[in-house]
Amino acid sequence: MASQRIFQLGLRRMATPGFSKMQPAGRMVQRRLAGNMAAQEKEILVKQRLHRPVSPHISIYRPQITWYASGLNRVTGVILSGSLYLFGIAYLAAPALGWHLETQSMVAAVAAWPAFVKVGLKAFFAFPFFFHSFNGLRHLAWDFGVGFANKTVIRSGWTAVGLTVASALYYTLF
Amino acid sequence: MATTRSLARLATRRLAMRPAVFARGFASVQTSTAKEPLPDKDAKIKTFHIYRWNPDEPESKPRMQSYTLDLNKTGPMMLDALIRIKNEMDPTLTFRRSCREGICGSCAMNIDGVNTLACLCRIPTETTKESRIYPLPHMYIVKDLVPDMTLFYKQYRSIKPYLQRDTPPPDGREYRQSKEERKKLDGLYECILCACCSTSCPSYWWNQEEYLGPAVLLQSYRWLADSRDERTAERQDALNNSMSVYRCHTILNCSRTCPKGLNPALAIAEIKKSMAFT
Repeated sequence: MASQRIFQLGLRRMATPGFSKMQPAGRMVQRRLAGNMAAQEKEILVKQRLHRPVSPHISIYRPQITWYASGLNRVTGVILSGSLYLFGIAYLAAPALGWHLETQSMVAAVAAWPAFVKVGLKAFFAFPFFFHSFNGLRHLAWDFGVGFANKTVIRSGWTAVGLTVASALYYTLF
Repeated sequence: MATTRSLARLATRRLAMRPAVFARGFASVQTSTAKEPLPDKDAKIKTFHIYRWNPDEPESKPRMQSYTLDLNKTGPMMLDALIRIKNEMDPTLTFRRSCREGICGSCAMNIDGVNTLACLCRIPTETTKESRIYPLPHMYIVKDLVPDMTLFYKQYRSIKPYLQRDTPPPDGREYRQSKEERKKLDGLYECILCACCSTSCPSYWWNQEEYLGPAVLLQSYRWLADSRDERTAERQDALNNSMSVYRCHTILNCSRTCPKGLNPALAIAEIKKSMAFT
């Protein structure tokens, strides 16, 4: 019944002469207002965006094995590959510059160093090398989609650190 | 405001005469700090340092403001503390909140150094430790704890987070899935897009403009893994560049911080795998 009645009313309304020109006044008004508001708001927004500060990030985020290990992985990688490149270039340029980087002369030079310099240099390379190697295994596992559970990540991270310390100390001192 | 407060106080006073059961209906937050009598002997006073920045004073730098609350009179969650500070101490403190039960993702912020939802984060009860509350890291700040999420939502839109199909359903009614196919979406569809993971990711901090970040990539994988979607190749194509996915260096802050216990890093690894082997 009700639907019939509404249908009839609608028909009657359509029959009125001005129907085709009728516009949904309420909606239009709202839209026009919204348009103005948008322009004003945009102006404020643009002004504000010029001043918005960036929230603090690396300085306030809690130290965790996840991102610290990742950062270390990168730093150690840079140390290892950087020194390899530097030595490679130096070795290449040695004959031209008259440097002596042959094995024998280097062995002789290192033998003349005091002990703490020797140990220091060994530690400088041993720690990055072992950390990068052990942590690299974690990354390889992740590339296969393995070991992503939070507990596993934390455990494997500290395992890598432990193995690094143990083996780097061993190779530094013996 | 003042009248409602005194009314509420009257109401509590009268309720105090009744058994405790009737008083329970009242919110755990009481509205009478301003003239509180001497602090209780066993008051648990805890200090909260909160990041403040006011856009009406754009020249002034962001600062930390300290508030002290008695934990005995505060609800258990960080959001309760924030709401209590706003209601009773400083109405200018601004933060987003809505559902207070970890399903809307509004109150995502950095609490004690970790991104989480304030409503799901218990206030650590040791009062000797002071809590620090910051907005989500490396985001433009609208005000106080409110970050500008425009870019994040734009990135979400860019991955077309909806079902894309060219063929009608075989039975003419609905797109069916097997139980196994449906199971692939578990751990993906629960994401509430709070942006905790994305803003915990150093890679996203440095490359926000181009790297999609863990949250959006998890969503991306949600549609890649959906058996009903027919644009998998197209979706993969859109991701196949050096920035969109491959700025992920498996740092894993994302999975560590997700307040919903999801694993965005695993989803990204699955995306990488699916792109490497097709």
